[in-house]
Amino acid sequence: MEVVQLQRSFLEYTSSLFQEGFLDAQFSQLQQLQDESNPQFVMEVVTLFFEDTERLLNDLTTALDQSNVDFKKVDAHVHQLKGSSSSIGAQRVTNVCIPFRNTCEEQNIQGCLRCLQLVKQEYFLVKNKLEALFRLEQQIVAAGGVIPMVE
Amino acid sequence: MSTPNSSVSDQFPAGLRVLVVDDDPTCLRILDKMLRNCLYEVTKCNRAEVALTLLRENRNGYDVVISDVHMPDMDGFKLLEQVGLLMDLPVIMMSADDSQNIVMKGVTHGACDYLIKPVRMEALKNIWQHVVRKKKKEWKDTKDVEQSGSVEDGDRQLKASEDVDYSSSANEGNWKSSKKRKDEDDDPDERDDTSTLKKPRVVWSVELHQQFVAAVNQLGIDKAVPKKILELMNVPGLTRENVASHLQKYRLYLRRLSGVSQHQGGLNNSFMGLSDTAFESMASLNGLDLQALAASGQLPSQSLATLQAAALGRSMNKSAISMPVLEQRNIFSFEAPPKIRLGEGTQQLSNNSKQISLLHGIPTNMEPKQLANMRCGQPFANMNVGSQVTQSSSHLMQMNQPQGRGQLLSDTNGSQVPKMHPSMIQNLSPNAISGGFLNPKGLDRSAVHNPFSHASSLVDFTMNQNTELPGNGFPLISNSRMSTLALKGMQQQEINSELKGSRGFVPGNDLFNEPHHQNPDDWGKNGISMFDVSQHYALHKTMGGSHAGLAQQCFSSNHKSGQHPDAPNNKLVFPAGEGGQNNTSNMGHLNQFLAENTMRIKAERLPDSGCQDNLFSEQFGQEDLMSALLKQQHDDTGPVDNDFGFDGYP
Repeated sequence: MEVVQLQRSFLEYTSSLFQEGFLDAQFSQLQQLQDESNPQFVMEVVTLFFEDTERLLNDLTTALDQSNVDFKKVDAHVHQLKGSSSSIGAQRVTNVCIPFRNTCEEQNIQGCLRCLQLVKQEYFLVKNKLEALFRLEQQIVAAGGVIPMVE
Repeated sequence: MSTPNSSVSDQFPAGLRVLVVDDDPTCLRILDKMLRNCLYEVTKCNRAEVALTLLRENRNGYDVVISDVHMPDMDGFKLLEQVGLLMDLPVIMMSADDSQNIVMKGVTHGACDYLIKPVRMEALKNIWQHVVRKKKKEWKDTKDVEQSGSVEDGDRQLKASEDVDYSSSANEGNWKSSKKRKDEDDDPDERDDTSTLKKPRVVWSVELHQQFVAAVNQLGIDKAVPKKILELMNVPGLTRENVASHLQKYRLYLRRLSGVSQHQGGLNNSFMGLSDTAFESMASLNGLDLQALAASGQLPSQSLATLQAAALGRSMNKSAISMPVLEQRNIFSFEAPPKIRLGEGTQQLSNNSKQISLLHGIPTNMEPKQLANMRCGQPFANMNVGSQVTQSSSHLMQMNQPQGRGQLLSDTNGSQVPKMHPSMIQNLSPNAISGGFLNPKGLDRSAVHNPFSHASSLVDFTMNQNTELPGNGFPLISNSRMSTLALKGMQQQEINSELKGSRGFVPGNDLFNEPHHQNPDDWGKNGISMFDVSQHYALHKTMGGSHAGLAQQCFSSNHKSGQHPDAPNNKLVFPAGEGGQNNTSNMGHLNQFLAENTMRIKAERLPDSGCQDNLFSEQFGQEDLMSALLKQQHDDTGPVDNDFGFDGYP
């Protein structure tokens, strides 16, 4: 059945995301928070995350582009990114933030630029994955099914 | 607000009123949902100021506050202080930062708990325990204070807020009643008849706290005893016990601040009562200073209290800075305050400490008064990083060189390692230098620069011992002998602290730390070298005045060692441009500078490309640097094999 198949795909896809480290247990927590009163909770939060992160990435790019880089500011942004990515469970993004903060501390501009690059990469990757996941969800719902809970 | 007690207590902890503060919208939303799932009543805000306003407007409206540590508008710790000191609500801190020192900070600031992000549901489910615990404690305290056995038990229903209901909060689940009490205590002045009953908890409003602080200052922090404070405050209804407990908290707070500053570099001397105007600018930022100022009548007490409260968090970080330690160290401290609002207090602190250490070194070599000059220079409020170097050519030290050197500075101004012109050296203006090469770190650096610029005499670079140079004290050492010694002490510190990876260090400041016996003649020889030096100097300056010493060293070594009349000291790489990079602290500059210079010295001449902006790869061997410098000191003739040996300046 369409729905069943979709659901299976959904589950598999979700599992793979966890296995590959794109998402972690925190994401499961979010999923558990979603309920009838807030059926779109996860999507809402993730959307907030996307917006916020994109803004942060822009700020980071600008900050690192200055002739006189303000590392403290850069570090503050990275810190924020670390917090928000860890809150939604975007593990790989969070993981890049850690060395990123180190390069800030060291005031290593090259290191920072590299980390920024990595962070952007990971962010866009996880964004794509999550968007794909949401599309699957929507398909399930459109087909009349219920989104299965991931164990 | 009078809510029926029973309904709340029945469902407790459901209905717990939580105020969440976090600038991250994602986290805020998640927390909001999680807390609602715990059946708590949640109020969100993303700015600390808003949170404070909410709390002030409705002191009784919240049971617990959860706040993020790093927020752009106000440091979470500051918020913590304020809420704790003034409203005495349980505050839970949270952060993605799990480093121990931050967590420790949370604990010492009085946070009830510290959650590491990502926050899980389980952690939030338990926060009600903190509320109860705190309420019970308060209740118990008041009870003890009152020594009245008639502690109303939990059956006391909440009365209308207007009621002067002193019933103890008997908290068995009546945590709301204690809140009530707090509400009623808004105006302690009216609590005349509290003596019989359990005294309601006093709410330390801003005004009250202000009075308290004024009284404490008047008495002197050491001599401030609750009884006297109470007398001075003369607030009816306030008991000695209230004052005592508040004093205890206050002392803790101060100790914390001083502990921080000590950590910094032991700047912490009696920060109270400093009425050094120089600190005024900082003072405004720094709670401590505020007190001093207020005490000295410079600030209206009202603003003091407010500022103080506001600055609590900041001052923690900046305490080192604000400490009006009238020592060279102060110089650095100046910079700190302006930068207060950073969650990166830690960083700042480290900067400060670095700076401080730098200063330590300096005095040894430089004339104390010079330093003093530096100090008073001004509150360096924010040296503009990268501002034009040529701020005040007048400041340039006149080396016994032909003029025209002023150019150097202008060149260096903001540009990447400008070529050194021989004529430039002449006018190295500390201001200019600093202006030009302020590090990105901005304030920090600038502050450092400032001292130099202003102090001009700071570094007595005169060739001849201690000649105070007019204007800036960067006498580009006309004598080729840059006294490396002066900076020695400094350098060491700087080197140690800074060499690590400071990037681009603009060498070239303060060459002349030491009044060295340098022959003016020598300078003449390497006209260029002088420039380099000065250039470095300038660059250096911008980087951070303090580096002057170091720079000097470098220069000296340059000069000394080589006699390359024509070898432009390009070697000394004045990566003017890089100043920006290494700006963690001024010291850094110096160190770096030195490091770099030394490097250069060691290496063969760098291609004469004027200023090379090479950020010396950091980590210049400190040992190398130092030894180079030291050698120089001892040996006039360029012990360091610098190629350029500025011999002297024509």
